[in-house]
Amino acid sequence: MSAFFLSGNSCPAVKNILILDSEGKRVAVKYYSDEWPTNSAKLAFEKSLFGRTLKSNARTEAEITIFDSNIVIYKFVQDLHFFITGGDDENELLLATVLQGLFDAIALRLRNTIDKREALENLDVIFLCIDEVVDQGMILETDANAIAGKVAIQNMDASATLSEQTISQALASAREHLTKTLLK
Amino acid sequence: MAQPLVKKDDDRDDEADYSPFLGIEKGAVLQEARVFNDPQLDPRRCSQVITKLLYLLNQGETFTKVEATEVFFAVTKLFQSKDIGLRRMVYVMIKELSPSADEVIIVTSSLMKDMTSKTDMYRANAIRVLCRITDGTLLTQIERYLKQAIVDKNPVVASAALVSGIHLLQQTNPEIVKRWSNEVQEAVQSRAALVQFHALALLHQIRQNDRLAVNKLVSSLTKGSVRSPLAQCLLIRYTSQVIRESANNNQAGDRPFYDFLEGCLRHKAEMVIFEAARAITELNGVTSRELTPAITVLQLFLSSSKPVLRFAAVRTLNKVAMTHPMAVTNCNIDMESLISDQNRSIATLAITTLLKTGNESSVDRLMKQITNFMSDIADEFKIVVVEAIRSLCLKFPLKHRSLMNFLSNILREEGGFEYKKAIVDSIVILIRDIPEAKESGLLHLCEFIEDCEFTYLSTQILHFLGIEGPKTSDPSKYIRYIYNRVHLENATVRAGAVSTLAKFGAMVDTLKPRVFVLLRRCLFDNDDEVRDRATLYINTLGGDGAVVETGEDVKEFLFGSLDIPLVNLENSLKNYEPSEESFDINSVPKEVKTQPLAEKKAPGKKPTGLGASPAGPPSTVDAYEKLLSSIPEFANFGKLFKSSAPVELTEAETEYAVNVVKHIFDGHVVFQYNCTNTIPEQLLENVTVIVDASEAEEFAEVASKPLRSLPYDSPGQTFVAFEKPEGVPAVGKFSNMLRFIVKEVDPSTGEAEDDGVEDEYQLEELEVVAADYMLKVGVSNFRNAWETMDADCERVDEYGLGPRESLAEAVNAVINLLGMQPCEGTEVVPNNSRSHTCLLSGVYIGNVKVLVRLQFGLDGPKDVAMKLAVRSEDEAVSDAIHEIVASG
Repeated sequence: MSAFFLSGNSCPAVKNILILDSEGKRVAVKYYSDEWPTNSAKLAFEKSLFGRTLKSNARTEAEITIFDSNIVIYKFVQDLHFFITGGDDENELLLATVLQGLFDAIALRLRNTIDKREALENLDVIFLCIDEVVDQGMILETDANAIAGKVAIQNMDASATLSEQTISQALASAREHLTKTLLK
Repeated sequence: MAQPLVKKDDDRDDEADYSPFLGIEKGAVLQEARVFNDPQLDPRRCSQVITKLLYLLNQGETFTKVEATEVFFAVTKLFQSKDIGLRRMVYVMIKELSPSADEVIIVTSSLMKDMTSKTDMYRANAIRVLCRITDGTLLTQIERYLKQAIVDKNPVVASAALVSGIHLLQQTNPEIVKRWSNEVQEAVQSRAALVQFHALALLHQIRQNDRLAVNKLVSSLTKGSVRSPLAQCLLIRYTSQVIRESANNNQAGDRPFYDFLEGCLRHKAEMVIFEAARAITELNGVTSRELTPAITVLQLFLSSSKPVLRFAAVRTLNKVAMTHPMAVTNCNIDMESLISDQNRSIATLAITTLLKTGNESSVDRLMKQITNFMSDIADEFKIVVVEAIRSLCLKFPLKHRSLMNFLSNILREEGGFEYKKAIVDSIVILIRDIPEAKESGLLHLCEFIEDCEFTYLSTQILHFLGIEGPKTSDPSKYIRYIYNRVHLENATVRAGAVSTLAKFGAMVDTLKPRVFVLLRRCLFDNDDEVRDRATLYINTLGGDGAVVETGEDVKEFLFGSLDIPLVNLENSLKNYEPSEESFDINSVPKEVKTQPLAEKKAPGKKPTGLGASPAGPPSTVDAYEKLLSSIPEFANFGKLFKSSAPVELTEAETEYAVNVVKHIFDGHVVFQYNCTNTIPEQLLENVTVIVDASEAEEFAEVASKPLRSLPYDSPGQTFVAFEKPEGVPAVGKFSNMLRFIVKEVDPSTGEAEDDGVEDEYQLEELEVVAADYMLKVGVSNFRNAWETMDADCERVDEYGLGPRESLAEAVNAVINLLGMQPCEGTEVVPNNSRSHTCLLSGVYIGNVKVLVRLQFGLDGPKDVAMKLAVRSEDEAVSDAIHEIVASG
């Protein structure tokens, strides 16, 4: 995994993607670089990053900072904090595009109600979205519609994008969503 | 590792923190996973259980080996289900579990079936999972499918195969992936944006060691239209690499591919515009004409509503300001409005850029703005600001009053250790380099230690006061501050204060009686160290007017400065073994260690494959010295003067990687060849380097030390030693041939055959040049050092350097030729300047200090003329420096 992060590699690389709640606790995280080898190193990184960015207003536009010689771009919505980390000579706008792609894809799948409760109830969707955005540090897809389309698991034709879903399919998934919540 | 997954109800309101995972427990979830074994699978329930397992792993929970295996086997059962959603989760789960080799076999057939399925989603994901978990042996079996997948009409499938190829290339099977070149090339032409991006990335990685192929790739793609912005960013990066590598060959004329970069500034995607602008600013020796369009687009970004864009622009401009401050001045107005930016990282970068580009008249206004701004930024940003102010002050010494005031004000405010240390360091540097600032600076420091909570800083300042204080016009006014420390502080600071007092006594005769009284009081201190120091100093100073017989040596040792780097002294003391011979301080190397960390960060964009980085022994001077003195043949060569940086003698990625380190002694030169064998099937024995010194007349080979055995991938060294005339900087060229006995190794057992074949391998030439006899040793205050050097040993002459690409290139060439340390940042040539002065310092063989003042001027459009003034402790050396330049 680490070979991908050597400085000699000129390919853009994502070191991690984090989704934390309003207290800095994990909702879903994915690390691609071995810069943080243990769980405690990861938690320490999340904690100090969360503390550092807590006061900023990253709700309308994504914000950015340099943290531990890494570039971190972050965006908040409701009680969720999204982060993406890249090396300090990475193209900032490129990382921002990846974060935006992930964010919009999740918004599409969760029908625009993005908060911690919704995210936890649809954690499978979140995991799948992250899985479709970055593969072992390499950017896989940045287009939100394409990502959401690939994650559309109720859909028999997996390559169809969300916009191509028929009304009945949308209804079916809505019904499914409802039963899921009721069954809990 | 286990941690409370979800807080229990007692400290949290149930309602507010509802979670579907409330009270989740690993044991229970593992029990639930038994549903995977049901004959009638319930896809939804299985999906939920997988989500729970993933949740646990994501929270940092770990499974034991047994648990992981059990879960893995259970999960493999789920391939029976036809439910797409469930299958999707199964893929993710398998990747998370990263199964062992014998477990992989269980899922291989299922995954291979999915890989050839009609459903695109199955194919794409099965490829990703299989390539992720396979150990390589399987790869030949599925290679055919992967090649097909690369050119699959579904972009998701193609991307999955290409991305997997990128990872495989760097991990287990580079050779197989290299065979896919044709398919990958076809995919580069894909209409799907991301496929194009992935294909380009893979194609470049396949060819990255073939400079010509990369060149061709860039030439053809920069002509056509790459559709995807991400691919375009990659292409810009590859183009800058090509430009960088061809820079040496193209002396005159327009830079190749510059037009392409400039064209990208008009691309519709911001990420491409920025990538191109950044690439232009990072071009070697970029001219202001080339820079202008890039600066213009970055300036537009400065007023964007998106923080990421503003940040990216201001960060790049900040870097440009270091080398081309004039080019950035146009952005000053936009930059000033960023000082109040909500995002403090942006504000700090804006401020420091302004400090770099501002002129003398704007300093006061800027300082006012910064004062308002300092209170609400974090310490680490404050440090950046302090450092920028320090360099500003060195640039405009006349402004020292307001800048020094600013520093002393922020010194009094709240702040952590690192921040305070940065301020104190800055004040110390200003005192040292700006004589007019000395008295006020020292008083600021005195006031600071009156109320300083950091022992380290107090002792540092006291030490500094002891050096600088006695040389001021009225040393007595510092005594009060220092003696106060003896009353009010902890033992460490008290001991430091005692030493400082003694220094005042030793250096200022009029103060001696008063200092003596004060020191006597310290004899009753309750700390041993303080009392001991006081006793020592009272005896050496000889109070009561009694003349004490203390040699100058003692005084020099106690009160003089130490001209040896402390790290080196520490290491030498550690290596010293008690014996008849007492420790000789002159044997401590004086070379300041290079910082390996900083080197790592340097733009080392070379491929770092196995062969490119033969990890030789640690390249510090001490380590070399230890290594060489442990070899009996070289033990009598005396003290090691200098070891060069390793010079590569082979191309990257060849069978044997060899680099050489040149060790210079007074009458000898030792070549240390660091060899790495990169062929797993070979064992090399009796490795030597046959050196032909026919082009190095003054050298005669005296000894060589072969390397007995060189197994795969474990570097070893062989040495060759030459005698040369003592103290003479002899130069010459050496050609090298690696000679060895090669033995075949059975890769399965790792055992070598008994019989070997003698073989040779041609290495590149190596040269001993004049710069090898020069140590890079900086001086902190060049002017002072220059003045104290005897003017009789000065040699001045003028040289014409002929047509040069730029002034900066000429300056660099001369610095490299002499191998000396540039001082006070004079190696940087401001853009567009017609003349430049560069200051160098170093130590020449025979431990002779050398200072050089170079004045460059442009003579006509391209011709560079240079005036070289050398001062050294030995006029013969001054002449020698001139000879180096004359013959270089």
